[in-house]
Amino acid sequence: MNLSTTYLGLDLPHPFMPGACPLTADVDNIKKLEEAGASAVVMHSLFEEQITREEMAVTGTIDTPAESFAEALSYFPDPEDFFLGPDEYLEQIRLAKDAVDIPIIGSINGTTLGGWLKYAELIAQAGADALELNVYSMPSDPETDGQSVEKTTVEMIGAVKEKVSIPVAVKLSPFYSSLPNFAQHLDSIGTDGLVLFNRFYQPDIDVEALEVERKLQLSNSSELLLRLRWLAILSGMKRNYSLAVTGGVHSGMDAIKAAMTGADAIQIVSALLVGGMSKLGEIKQQMSDWMEEHEYESLQQMIGSMDLQRCPDAHAYERANYMHILQSWEGAV
Amino acid sequence: MADRQMVMIDGNEAVASVAFRTNEVCAIYPITPSSPMGEFADEWSAYHRKNIWGTTPDVQEMQSEAGAAGAVHGSLQAGALTTTFTASQGLLLMIPNMLKIAGELTSFCMHVSARTVATHALSIFGDHSDVMLCRGTGFAMLASNSVQEAHDMALISQAATLNSRVPFLHFFDGFRTSHEVAKCEELTDDDIRAMIDEKKVEEHRARALTPDRPVIRGTAQNPDTFFQNREAGNPFYLACPGAVQEAMDQFAKITGRNYHLFDYVGAPDAERVIIIMGSGADTTDETVEYLNNQGEKVGVLKVRLFRPFSVEHFINALPATTKHIAVLDRCKEHGAIGSPLYQDIITALAEGNFAGNPSVIGGVYGLSSKEFTPAMVKAVYDEMAKPEPKKHFTVGINDDVTHMSLDYDETFDIEPDDVVRAMFYGLGADGTVGANKNSIKIIGEETENYAQGYFVYDSKKSGAMTISHLRFGPRPIKSIYLISTANFIGCHQWEFIHKYDVLEKAAPGAVFLLNSPYGKDEVWEHLPKETQEQIIEKKLKFYVIDASTVAEQTGMGSRTNTIMQTCFFAISGVLERDDAIARIKAAIKKTYGKKGDAIVQKNYEAVDGSIANMHEVTVPTIATSEHTRPPFVPDEAPDLLKRVTALMMAGKGDLLPVSALPPDGTWPTATTQWEKRNVGQAVPIWDENICIQCNKCAAICPHAAIRAKVYEEGELGNAPETFRSMDYKAKDFKGMKFTIQVAPEDCTGCKLCVNVCPAKDKSNPKHKAINMEPRLDVVDVERENYRFFLDDLPEIDREKVTRIDVKGSQFFQPLFEYSGACAGCGETPYVKMMSQLFGDRMLIGNATGCSSIYGGNLPTTPYCVDTNGRGPAWSNSLFEDAAEFSFGFRLAFDSHKKQATELVTALASELGDDMVTALLTADQYGEANIKAQRERVEALKAKLNTIDDPKAKWLLPLADYLVRKSVWALGGDGWAYDIGYGGLDHVLAQPRDINILVMDTEVYSNTGGQASKATPIGAAAKFAASGKAVGKKDLGLMAMNYRHVYVASVAFGSNDQQVVKAFQEADSYDGPSLIIAYSHCIAHGYDLSLGCEQQKLAVSSGIWPLYRYDPRLVDEGKPPLQMDSKAPTTRVSDYMRNETRFRMVERIDPKRFADLAKYAQSFSDQRVAVYEQLANITVPSGNGNGNGKED
Repeated sequence: MNLSTTYLGLDLPHPFMPGACPLTADVDNIKKLEEAGASAVVMHSLFEEQITREEMAVTGTIDTPAESFAEALSYFPDPEDFFLGPDEYLEQIRLAKDAVDIPIIGSINGTTLGGWLKYAELIAQAGADALELNVYSMPSDPETDGQSVEKTTVEMIGAVKEKVSIPVAVKLSPFYSSLPNFAQHLDSIGTDGLVLFNRFYQPDIDVEALEVERKLQLSNSSELLLRLRWLAILSGMKRNYSLAVTGGVHSGMDAIKAAMTGADAIQIVSALLVGGMSKLGEIKQQMSDWMEEHEYESLQQMIGSMDLQRCPDAHAYERANYMHILQSWEGAV
Repeated sequence: MADRQMVMIDGNEAVASVAFRTNEVCAIYPITPSSPMGEFADEWSAYHRKNIWGTTPDVQEMQSEAGAAGAVHGSLQAGALTTTFTASQGLLLMIPNMLKIAGELTSFCMHVSARTVATHALSIFGDHSDVMLCRGTGFAMLASNSVQEAHDMALISQAATLNSRVPFLHFFDGFRTSHEVAKCEELTDDDIRAMIDEKKVEEHRARALTPDRPVIRGTAQNPDTFFQNREAGNPFYLACPGAVQEAMDQFAKITGRNYHLFDYVGAPDAERVIIIMGSGADTTDETVEYLNNQGEKVGVLKVRLFRPFSVEHFINALPATTKHIAVLDRCKEHGAIGSPLYQDIITALAEGNFAGNPSVIGGVYGLSSKEFTPAMVKAVYDEMAKPEPKKHFTVGINDDVTHMSLDYDETFDIEPDDVVRAMFYGLGADGTVGANKNSIKIIGEETENYAQGYFVYDSKKSGAMTISHLRFGPRPIKSIYLISTANFIGCHQWEFIHKYDVLEKAAPGAVFLLNSPYGKDEVWEHLPKETQEQIIEKKLKFYVIDASTVAEQTGMGSRTNTIMQTCFFAISGVLERDDAIARIKAAIKKTYGKKGDAIVQKNYEAVDGSIANMHEVTVPTIATSEHTRPPFVPDEAPDLLKRVTALMMAGKGDLLPVSALPPDGTWPTATTQWEKRNVGQAVPIWDENICIQCNKCAAICPHAAIRAKVYEEGELGNAPETFRSMDYKAKDFKGMKFTIQVAPEDCTGCKLCVNVCPAKDKSNPKHKAINMEPRLDVVDVERENYRFFLDDLPEIDREKVTRIDVKGSQFFQPLFEYSGACAGCGETPYVKMMSQLFGDRMLIGNATGCSSIYGGNLPTTPYCVDTNGRGPAWSNSLFEDAAEFSFGFRLAFDSHKKQATELVTALASELGDDMVTALLTADQYGEANIKAQRERVEALKAKLNTIDDPKAKWLLPLADYLVRKSVWALGGDGWAYDIGYGGLDHVLAQPRDINILVMDTEVYSNTGGQASKATPIGAAAKFAASGKAVGKKDLGLMAMNYRHVYVASVAFGSNDQQVVKAFQEADSYDGPSLIIAYSHCIAHGYDLSLGCEQQKLAVSSGIWPLYRYDPRLVDEGKPPLQMDSKAPTTRVSDYMRNETRFRMVERIDPKRFADLAKYAQSFSDQRVAVYEQLANITVPSGNGNGNGKED
């Protein structure tokens, strides 16, 4: 089966790739992912906040006790090659590029415009084939309105686009007042791809200790439905960007649905974390088998076939459908 | 040779730079103040820097200086050019090998930052008492007097040892030279090559022991030949002075700097001459020039080559006109006719037949880095001019006992006007010293000016004050003493104004910059009256900046350094303002560039925010303040505290006369209580509505600044209104009241208590039963509450605490309080707990290290007494011998007890059988039994006073030894795993009741983070910068091997109950006990308020298994080893990534880190597996008592 696809201008033999996750933080794993058949790799995210905090914390722990006590003017060695900042991440990109033939997509989560720009440029210089900007902000200031959140993001992405020549994807959350409108803005500044959606780390509560527990909840297929809806809506729009899905693809059938609603690329994380890297090949095979069975000629034939423009019942993606589902659920009770 | 650079470096770097480039092997052991030399060498070796032969020297840290000397000796014998760096006690440990090295005529140069040898007290500071003890080793001894000279002499001595085959001890003054930062012309590799004779290097190699050309050395000789063989070395020593002068002459040709074995400076026809060596020579030189300009005819003879002493060169160097000589020694030899240099000069004058028979007097100066100033130099010249000068004198102190000291005029000041003299008062943590080092680097390296920086630190590890002394001027600076009149004073901490006399040294018209929370219009009214008066009288130009706020706003936290540095440049006029700012920013980039852009940007913002926020204060004409600086100790303090200690606390200990000090170094304990340091910005406040009365906050507090008491309600009668109290909840003291109280002025604000507190407000869980609040908001109220808590609420009777666990133990009074340990220290909770459990019958022998510094560094010490006047007695012998020293305590106690027992038995007829039996067979385990025995002993003493028998009188002072005592050896891993291991092992092998507490920080903490054998796999430490590659020594398992040793591995933050249990078991075990205690440390590199969390991870990952090995269990048919931690549930790498020491390795080399983390995991898994198997093994019972002794 011809599963070839184009994502962010990259010609890929098939749409399956690991999304940004701890698996892609290790070059040996990236090699294994290539061997497992990944068409590309999205690196784990470089978190600007984490880098800044580490710079400040490590400098603080080294500098604060120094030059305080006559017997110990310092407490740590001062190796010439001890650098803080993004070097560790950039080195991983370089090593990954050397180690594998598949495209390497860098990923950034920034907190300041300067950080986004600086790290985007450095990642491009390190040899990444494309960039995924992981827009992960949780506005908690009541003075910040939705419009300014979107405006800041658009400006940031525009600035990154001007700074780097490699393709740039934006990984979004579903929580925008009008995602199509926002996507249109992103399209207008040359965004090369949208990745739907970011899965926020959702902390749990330890009720005995009265503490917030940081937990990574893995996705399941039920989370795909939200993505299918928005893929279908965006895919049907006039656009210049490609689409990727991330979150909820655990089977060949999930992948087929994502492709039908418009995904050019399919990022898998939870399924790999649970089922191992071979899961990527399994999902791909399941999709391929199904397509053979149903006499599809190629993936291209399938991509977007069920989007808002082409599906037989476009209203199903809109509010009316939502109401209908709720009503049918009540009926079931 | 024109490419020499002018660099700002300290003496240690200046010396190490040459030693590194002229050697192939360096074997060292850290000791203050020489440690940085070894660290520089190690750092350069890690950077793969080369020596002059293009190879990187191999740097090896050893387990002690004795070990380093052995390794040096071996390396030399095997033909490698080898060096070492050391000082003080470390140098003394090298003496046996030095004698061998010299006897074997080995080319070798060692570098010593001369430091005081411990006598009545330890001192880390500088004098010549260590090097003078090496006079008999056969080493040549070459002194240098300044940073530049240390750099130069390091090379001259290296060249001379190769040429002469006499080994060299090159020395310079510890701290004054080793730590002074000064402008130097750096020797190039070509300079060094031009000095080192390759042929001599080849000859050195040719003498190597090798199986390819076998010879034997180190033989044993007999009376027939030893003597003659000793004399066979004479020609080498006779030729040595000539070889040194040749090297000096060669050096002069290369660099233009002329040195001689004896350098005379002063009037050619001087009649009065001081003879001196070390940094004091430059001060004397500077004073001589001044005095001669005033019309005097004086001179100074600087001794450079002290051994072999060349009479000929000496006589030739001394002006023929000399009539009066004063020889100044920087060491003290009680009982000698005179100090070492004095004696040599007397002999040399006699042997050299110096004409005119000059009078010679001998003086001692500058012990333990005591200041040596032009005023003192002048006093010596004045003394020489007297008709009957003191034959032996001291200078720099007031000796009101033997009246040997010279008076001197403190106002005598010779510093030229064109030298800028600036003093900065800062906190260690605010970065003041670092910024000042940057400033002098900017001025010294980037302008034509000369610069000098010297930094004075206090002996506390938390809230430590630093005083920086900076000079800038157009000529090389020879003022080798602290600034006495400054034309710039920077006070970087507002609190200092209310505590110290920071303007004492301000010159008239000086600039005064104050970090103040109050603006230019408000600050005046908040100054103490004395400060206002000084500002007015001295007509100071007064500036303020709220640097703390600027730092906060720019994300710099408590680091006000770059802000204050910028202000200094802006108003001092040393450099043009914009130029200075550009240079500061360049320096920031250089310093922090590799640490990341964020830190650079924040520093830039701080610089930019500085000048806009700095304002000149319009100084009123009269002092209006109604408050003055409070006295350092309150009126109710003991007399000694007020008379002596208070001056030391105020930084005015130099004023104390000899009579004020105890001649044998014995001081009262319990003195930290009088030193209210107020270093915590925030302090914990108890909320009784939330508290579950677990006492964990009190237990973890490193400074005993949180206390718990149970008491009868009636005791609350005089309580302040704000005093908090609640009903005690558990059965043991039902009906009583309970309070947790903070000592607001003693708390360091570490937050360990808050993080360990398990009780949370159900509606607002971030509010706990103990919460941090700004000290200034609560200090007045809580001071009164604490006073009431201490003075009015009684301590509980110890025997009433029947459940001695974490909670119960905290009702015992801590007999270790308010130490100067770091905020959040991981060691002191153990020491405090120990003091609560056994402090009233405890004797401690403390290895040198952190615990001896926070435990015994003056002015105030933390071990204290209970209401009966009992408490721990404490002493420090050496770094290496704490186990043996403490073992000596046990020998003495056992001897006293044995004699007391014999005498009681002998006096049975007078004492009565009941009393004798009760005294000698009493069960002394448990508080009630101890109390009962004390009462029996009191009854015995009363009875003895009525018995007219010499045995009764003999028994009286021994009677107290019939009460069981607890002997403890304390120290860190550097002691227990490395330098003291041999002794510790021997003590463990003895069947005596001694307890050993090893506070394992896994690194040499006190000397600044050098690797020990306790350093774990993957940790970066000095001498293991790429991450330790071999596993941590399993001290516990080694001790278990003896089978009669009680061993416990504990971690307070993970299982505090187990700690309490282990301490009690160790004390109760009538044999050797070893407790190895995980101690988090600033050298691990993370926020220590999270220390307990990290300890939990250490245990849950298996890195630090908890166990107790109790030989007594053998007879109970149980496995002697009990595991107190469960099988690992977390990964070792998760533990490692939380700490900078490991993370540094990952940032440098992720692959290496991954490999080391994997190794650490398997190492840890294997260790736990071994323990778990051992914990299931029972063994046949032994001799029945479990301690290896016969009953």
